[in-house]
Amino acid sequence: MNRRLPTNLVIGAVLVALVVGVAALSLVWTPHDPTLMNIRGKFADPSEAHWLGTDQLGRDVVSQLMAAARNSMTVALVAVLLGGSIGVALGLFASAVGGWVEDGVMRLADLGFAFPALLFAIMLAAVFGPSLSNAVLAIAFINIPIFARVTRGSANQIWTLDYVSASRAAGMNKFVISRDHILPNIAAAIIVQATIEFAVAILAEAALSYLGLGAQPPASSWGRMLSEAQTLMYLAPQLAIYPGLCIITAVLGFGLLGDGLRDISDPRLSRQR
Amino acid sequence: MLELTDYSVNFSAGAALRQANLTIKPGDRLGIVGESGSGKTMLALSLMGMAPDGATLSGALCVDGIDMTQRNEIEWQNIRARRVAMIFQEPMAALNPLRRVGDTVMEPMRVHEGLSHDQAQARALSLFEEVGIPDPAARLRQFPHELSGGQRQRVLIALALACNPALLIADEPTTALDANVAVLITDLLVRLSQERQMALVFITHDIAAVARATQDIVVMYGGDMVEYGPTAEVLKTPHHPYTKGLLDALPDPSRTTHDANGKRRRLPTIPGTVPQLQDLPQGCRFAGRCPVEVPQCAAQKPATQSFAVNRSSACHLNEGAKR
Repeated sequence: MNRRLPTNLVIGAVLVALVVGVAALSLVWTPHDPTLMNIRGKFADPSEAHWLGTDQLGRDVVSQLMAAARNSMTVALVAVLLGGSIGVALGLFASAVGGWVEDGVMRLADLGFAFPALLFAIMLAAVFGPSLSNAVLAIAFINIPIFARVTRGSANQIWTLDYVSASRAAGMNKFVISRDHILPNIAAAIIVQATIEFAVAILAEAALSYLGLGAQPPASSWGRMLSEAQTLMYLAPQLAIYPGLCIITAVLGFGLLGDGLRDISDPRLSRQR
Repeated sequence: MLELTDYSVNFSAGAALRQANLTIKPGDRLGIVGESGSGKTMLALSLMGMAPDGATLSGALCVDGIDMTQRNEIEWQNIRARRVAMIFQEPMAALNPLRRVGDTVMEPMRVHEGLSHDQAQARALSLFEEVGIPDPAARLRQFPHELSGGQRQRVLIALALACNPALLIADEPTTALDANVAVLITDLLVRLSQERQMALVFITHDIAAVARATQDIVVMYGGDMVEYGPTAEVLKTPHHPYTKGLLDALPDPSRTTHDANGKRRRLPTIPGTVPQLQDLPQGCRFAGRCPVEVPQCAAQKPATQSFAVNRSSACHLNEGAKR
């Protein structure tokens, strides 16, 4: 077992560790209170007190980026877990029952695919008002069909295997078989998908917050920092560049990590998609 | 305890099993032999209520006197493991690679009989001992890849015995094993059948294993049961041309390798292969490959002729023979 790990896996893991580490650190420590304003100290240059300077309201940029990382991770985690568990359950159910039920569930998933996440988030915002939790719901919703499809596809392969027949021959019902035999054997595919969807969720959260449909002031968010910096592009371009770099780092990190995990878990899949 | 009456499994392409009649009593040991594609596995899966989707079942399949032909999956789940159980051909593939074998074996006991973890574990332990797995306590905690092929097959036998079934179906249990282990597994199945008064259906294309393990034998070809009788009698005096062909094709060490003219003898074979389901002849399935074929063979399905209480064969040429 002296194989070299794929490069994308290593780079992805390092970037993810960086982002997650910073987000975790922000739970206990940030250089300054990320929401503390200081109008007289606005647009400060990088200094020992403010490593990346301050923004238009004099808030410390590093602290804001750190708090935003935490918010972003939380949103992505909750959304992927929520959408993923519903999607996986639906996929397992469809695969176990088969027949017209399976067809019905998968056509519903197709319907979900056709529905743009942004549109759904705008709809939620229109009905319930814009908030971070509505953004989470919207992102979770678009994850359901993705996970349902991946789960059902992988599960259908496992259902044809001998050990599933052996379990059926032992009188096990489809629920027990799905739980004990199908799910553990498709876990790798689901984890890979979850990692990739994590990257998508980070991007979606940034986009929704940029549009004002996600994190609401004073909560920090990369997307919102970006939109606030937009009007100041000529005055202070660095305020747009920093959150942009953070988004790139996080999305790239999770994307590469997901691809790398896919490469080592199933080499046959690596060149598809 | 299990009875098939004119039982057929039909697909849109044709009949995979045609009007099978079979009675299995407690303690019976029945061999089913035939080439690949002769319907052996289809018969086994049907006995478990696991005929593939798309199959149309007709006739009657009675378990304990109850016709199960049109019963649904839930009703079958109560029969499986407790009345009929099955072991599969490929022990490498029939165990979940991510589960400890002990957990796999304990599962049916816990689900069907509501045993606690400790009760199930105790029974699994005694089952492992019964099927001859050395160091059973340690084996319970191992994963399939840590066991040899023979041991995995023993684990699968333990799994099948978990809820004390009255009938065990072994679908080519020794095909994937080497010859020494195959004999051990065959003898184990016979011993278990005798000790537990459990009926055994032993499916194989290994004639030697059938001779060793079973009292009665069914010869199948193309979804038909072409010959039935006590194993020793059928192997000694086969009535059906297919059975004869099958037995002639066995290598026989006592036969000389050269004939009287000094020419090298070739092992006799049955010409051709089993046709695909949709290409099977309408009459006798063996028509087209049969050495003694008469015109009516291809058109008309031969009736099953009884020669004695427990001896029968389905061939037009036997119809004149005395009953």
